[in-house]
Amino acid sequence: MSVANDATHNKVFISFQNNEEARPIIESILEDNPGAVVSEMPAMIKIDVPYLLVVRRSTIEEKIGRNFDLQSMHINLISLAGNIEESEDEFILAWGPSGHSA
Amino acid sequence: MAQPKLSLKEKYQLMTRGLDWETTYQPMDKVFPYDKYEGIKIKNWDKWEDPFRLTMEAYWKYQAEKERKLYAILDSFSQNNGQLNLSDARYMTAIKLWLQGITPLEYYAHRGFAHVGRQFRGAGARVACQMQALDELRHAQTQMHAFSHYNKHFGGFHQANHLRDRAWYLSIPKSFFEDAMGAGPFEFVTSISFAFEYVLTNLLFMPFVSGAAYNGDIATTTFGFSAQSDESRHMTLGIEVVKFVLEQHEDNVPIMQRYIDKWFWRGYRLLALVGTMMDYMLPRKVMSWAEAWGIYWEENGFALFNDLSRYGIRMPKYHEVATKEKMHITHQAWSVFYTACPATGFHTWLPQPYEMDWLSDKYGETFDRFYRPRFELFGQMEKAGNRFFTNRLPLVCQTCQVPDFFTEVDNPMKQSVRHYQWKGMKFNFCSDGCKDIFVNEPEKFCQAYIPPQQIYQGNAGGARTLPEYAAWLRCPMGSEAGDYYSSDDYQNWLKWHGGKDTTPSTAAA
Repeated sequence: MSVANDATHNKVFISFQNNEEARPIIESILEDNPGAVVSEMPAMIKIDVPYLLVVRRSTIEEKIGRNFDLQSMHINLISLAGNIEESEDEFILAWGPSGHSA
Repeated sequence: MAQPKLSLKEKYQLMTRGLDWETTYQPMDKVFPYDKYEGIKIKNWDKWEDPFRLTMEAYWKYQAEKERKLYAILDSFSQNNGQLNLSDARYMTAIKLWLQGITPLEYYAHRGFAHVGRQFRGAGARVACQMQALDELRHAQTQMHAFSHYNKHFGGFHQANHLRDRAWYLSIPKSFFEDAMGAGPFEFVTSISFAFEYVLTNLLFMPFVSGAAYNGDIATTTFGFSAQSDESRHMTLGIEVVKFVLEQHEDNVPIMQRYIDKWFWRGYRLLALVGTMMDYMLPRKVMSWAEAWGIYWEENGFALFNDLSRYGIRMPKYHEVATKEKMHITHQAWSVFYTACPATGFHTWLPQPYEMDWLSDKYGETFDRFYRPRFELFGQMEKAGNRFFTNRLPLVCQTCQVPDFFTEVDNPMKQSVRHYQWKGMKFNFCSDGCKDIFVNEPEKFCQAYIPPQQIYQGNAGGARTLPEYAAWLRCPMGSEAGDYYSSDDYQNWLKWHGGKDTTPSTAAA
């Protein structure tokens, strides 16, 4: 059986607790990923993007006015989907062979 | 130009490379006796890419911060008598089911990962499993701590351990995990980290936990989201192990496909319980089971399998059956819980009028045609003082151990039953998916400890009838079991609210 292989069926997502600590992370993601779609549910926010989503340290640091360690994202992270590629500067979720197919 | 920084993956590999060694006093096959018999061929463990990329120092730091937040919230919840702000005490049935059915799985996961954390030949895989074992123990503990507050105020929370080995409905999650733990290390990690955690746990820890917040249960919201943030690492382990094994040798592909088929189906059957929690046990509704299945499986799950198709992996067998069943299974499961509640450790009820309307809205004609009339009939029987309780033991599927309430995919008026003869014995199944699993491993599944058979053989304290069985569970009607509106929980709830019934009149807050 063939399976739908369009943008709807190739979404990566990341989800955070809806709190003050996560707000600048969420805002940065929306800024850095123009195709992002946000769903709000009680206490939680889910961000879907077709194929690839990037979380950029510099964007977050600009918003909070201090240094930020991307791994500290885990404290308010709820869940995610996609292959992970991470450095100190970027956290990328992607579907596709190289992880960068978008 | 400055050289680009190393990715965390590369950095972690440089840091951890060479920490392991080839044994010389004993052959490696004797040191690691379990990681070959499944037939999985690993040519080079160095190709393993660590999914967590956390040093122990960073791990302790972030886990400690999560714990501090969690326990501060649990404290304030209990100091402020947070239980009084729940939408309705009916909600507690979902949380009782969690403590009885899900928390023991966290502990099983701890034991399972501690075991395979010793058994893989590759050090990277061992470390990842050991870290996951720590997470899982944390989840079992934080859930027990969070629920201990409810134990002061509601029935159903004080003997989860006693129930785990005795209650018929708990043999479903228990057998699921014992099957996984009784498998080889590659199957265990594929079953739990990949099929269960990556593909399916989002359905529990995202929409249901969001629903807990919507119903005023901040304790569950907090441990739930805190646990799921660990799960996101576990899911990464799941996808890493699958990709690693598939890349190592083409002979591994059919073995992994069989694991994926089996564990998708087993996990999906287990989730019927979670679907019921969402559709029937949340007085205020966030989303239906069918909607959640659409988002987390039909969108996100398909994306995962589109990605895996380049390894020659196809969608799990019978996934289209699961998608068709999404309109039915929660109503069918709730009917069973409603009628069998005297022999459980929780209370059940008929949906209120606003909930019947919500179910009609979410499930349309399927609900109105097949399930609304059933609930309306039960309602008339209640009014006539003749609430319907089932008085016999059901046919239970030999594989998933769910009472066979499922119907044929294209005919919801016909029960779905499959049979298989093996060594002169007849075995019964709820579906083709469960039958296939048995046929692949009859020596394992013929040994399944099926509750009704065991009860009839006298292995439930000698109980022969449902009331005798309920007594053996230590679940008297009123305080632990039976209809919600005849329960101590309901009477206490009224007392705490000045006699006022707080049952919502709409699904929204």
